[in-house]
Amino acid sequence: MYGKGLRPLSIATVVAIAAALSLVFFYAPLDADQGFIQKIFYLHVPLAITALIGFVVGGVFAIFHLRSGDRRWDAWSYVCIHMSVIFGVAVLITGSIWAKASWGHWWVWDEPTLVSFLIVFLMYATYYPFRYAIEDPERQARYASVFAVTAGAFVPLNFMAVRMAQSLVHPRTFGTANGGLPGSMMLTFLVCLAAVALLWLTLIKLELTAKSTSGQLKRLRRALDAPPRGAGSSRIAPEVS
Amino acid sequence: MLSLLAGAPALPLDEAGKYVAGAYVVFLVLIVVYVAIMAGKLQRMERELRELAGFAESRTNGAAAGSDREEVSADV
Repeated sequence: MYGKGLRPLSIATVVAIAAALSLVFFYAPLDADQGFIQKIFYLHVPLAITALIGFVVGGVFAIFHLRSGDRRWDAWSYVCIHMSVIFGVAVLITGSIWAKASWGHWWVWDEPTLVSFLIVFLMYATYYPFRYAIEDPERQARYASVFAVTAGAFVPLNFMAVRMAQSLVHPRTFGTANGGLPGSMMLTFLVCLAAVALLWLTLIKLELTAKSTSGQLKRLRRALDAPPRGAGSSRIAPEVS
Repeated sequence: MLSLLAGAPALPLDEAGKYVAGAYVVFLVLIVVYVAIMAGKLQRMERELRELAGFAESRTNGAAAGSDREEVSADV
């Protein structure tokens, strides 16, 4: 069910990534201030935006789950958060590389944007032990949804708090006070954002398809494990290796 | 796109190049590791499905053989 449309989505993702990389390295002009190192921006910022929106989307799916009790929404919520955590790792690593190249340090603790993202990331890193510490599947899904909603609401609040904080270190790329991005850079950035968002969506569909297939296999195993009518026990688990 | 690429500036491979390459390679490695993990899961599921199909087949054959025996004994 989840695998429907996965192939065209994958093809669109590959095409979008190829177009994005072409624009980054062959079309977008070099930044007057940072030079070639600014090319990291086209990877780092779309990853960060996608990861943060993914956390919020996970919270929205969790609301659907709490309202309906349908476990499929919990699966969507879990996979969105899982993928955003993976993207979050990429954000932190690419950000550190950019910081080292630009500022000479791998990490700067007095920069609110960096530290706030780390806090959000660490908060979501606790989602896994929290979720899997609960054995009962119903309670696990419900508690995880409550966590996802609360944490999802924290993400935009955190973002706004950082925007309101006065910092001179981390660049405000989309601010209009200093002119913002020129057209060619903005186009490249938007294509990169679309490519990364498509990748996120494709990987989510892939993960959901795998989880759904795994669940169907378990159900099939249970059905086959049940003794047939009028026959003795036919437990297959120990025999099937 | 081709005319766009033809008019593109040459890549400056100075000190910044290794950092930019590092950032993009890290991202690529993360995606490759994820896809490899998913491929492993897919292989496991495929194996499990094969085993279950084999088991279902043997069970169906066993049931068919049992009903044949019952028919034979009823004839006798």
